[in-house]
Amino acid sequence: MKQQHTIKIIPYLMVSPYLVHLCLFVLFPVFFSLFLMFFRWNIISPMEYIGLQNFYKLFQDRLFFRSLGNTLVFLLIHIPLQILIALLLAELLNQKIKFRSFLRASYFLPVIISGVVVTIVWWQLYGYDTGLLNRILVKLNLPKMGWLISPGMAMPSIAIMATWKNVGLYVVLFLVGLQTVPGQYYEAAEIDGASHWQQFRYITLPAINPTIFMVVILSTIGGFSLFIEPYIMTGGGPLNSTMSAVLYIYKQAFTYYHMGYAATLGFFFAVIIMLVVIIQRKLIEKD
Amino acid sequence: MFLYPFIWMLSASLAPENELSDLVLFPTHFTLSSYIQMLAKIPVGRALFNSLFVSVSVTAGVLIFSSMVGYALSRLYFRGRELIFYIILFTMTLPFQITLIPQYILIVKFGWVDTYLALIIPYFMNALGILIFRQHFKTIPQDLIDAARIDGCGEMYILFRILWPISIPALLTVAILTFMGSWNEVLWPLIVIRSEQLMTMPQTVTLFAVGGRAEAQLGVKLAAATMLAIPILVAYIFFQRYFIQSMASTGLKE
Repeated sequence: MKQQHTIKIIPYLMVSPYLVHLCLFVLFPVFFSLFLMFFRWNIISPMEYIGLQNFYKLFQDRLFFRSLGNTLVFLLIHIPLQILIALLLAELLNQKIKFRSFLRASYFLPVIISGVVVTIVWWQLYGYDTGLLNRILVKLNLPKMGWLISPGMAMPSIAIMATWKNVGLYVVLFLVGLQTVPGQYYEAAEIDGASHWQQFRYITLPAINPTIFMVVILSTIGGFSLFIEPYIMTGGGPLNSTMSAVLYIYKQAFTYYHMGYAATLGFFFAVIIMLVVIIQRKLIEKD
Repeated sequence: MFLYPFIWMLSASLAPENELSDLVLFPTHFTLSSYIQMLAKIPVGRALFNSLFVSVSVTAGVLIFSSMVGYALSRLYFRGRELIFYIILFTMTLPFQITLIPQYILIVKFGWVDTYLALIIPYFMNALGILIFRQHFKTIPQDLIDAARIDGCGEMYILFRILWPISIPALLTVAILTFMGSWNEVLWPLIVIRSEQLMTMPQTVTLFAVGGRAEAQLGVKLAAATMLAIPILVAYIFFQRYFIQSMASTGLKE
């Protein structure tokens, strides 16, 4: 009898620290956020109820929509580039090559190194006059490119850097996907006279479809979190072209202390993210 | 191709000032002057210690609590088990952008600004760890656990003394993921820590690179970046296989 009682309490004991933590640091913040949206507050002064004013402000906030647009630019460049390059590299590495371990170690390295390190190094690489990339271009008698100083190029430059950093992870994922296809399929297809492209389209692609889906979702969520790269490299410029949504919210909250407004922005942004993920799921699963 | 920027970073940090603008790969003389200047300007040792302390604490907390919940959810039977699991799954879908600001306000209200608590406690437990442990514990043969129970072992004992030693892969996966995440985290420290004595390494390097303290000296900035990269690099060299496995498995579990 006593055994039974003990068994009944222990699970709750094991789970409750986490549930307390969850309520405190996840559930409460969400609800508090919903509450805070209706106030103006800078932490020091008392909260001031302002009804729907934060919402009106949001819909008129061109900079916020600019930041959303910038994030979209980032995603539209980063995701396809990521998939293409990762897939290509995975195909290449799927064959037996020498130095596979070393190659794998090297392409995966940027994945685990802090974004801060990657950003600082690429910041220098992208320098207009002294940066390595432009110096190489000059040596090849090509014009210098305004990587981080041209409003049109700045966000794409960040997207390229982000692709370089993360592609290793996706190569690993694709490799796993590619290796689930038995070699015989390809052999049989060769015998039947299928071209490389046909083999890819009918054998490889269906096999890696779930992997592609994963890559898209992970890249999207990563893209929506873009913060430290623009923070270090450009501070949001030039002309706000690299102001990511998180960077904008950060500035509203921690430079201007518009807590209520920042909470409103955060909420809307979170909703947008969740919608995008759901839509992506629907779209890709139809394929 | 992937190593090149890092090699350049390292060699540029070791190059004398006047060579930096010509530098393509290796400098003609090596010098530690950038490092010496860096040490004079930012508390590198302190920052490394802070990062280490925070990351280790967070990892320990996550390992202990996530394995507890993972075990309870997979091997113990109690009312509300499925409900709790779905709640946890649901919370994983919430983007951090919505909890960021209220969490900061919580920290302010607890008086934890500029304390280690602010860096450690919010990350002390983590749903991904729970998923991984739950998945892993499901594969343990029931007989093992039954035998232990018949012997009169308490559940906590079963978890920590019996299951942990045979769950090294899961423990390593969670440990690596958590440690890496914690070490590289920079947005949160930027928000809750203002005092230089408590800043984490990525935070210190960021502020150093962005603020004026580095006086636009490239070598010094790169020296700081190198210092930030070295610890993880060292861990990576020893645990490379586990790093790759851990990160790949999170993708597979989505």
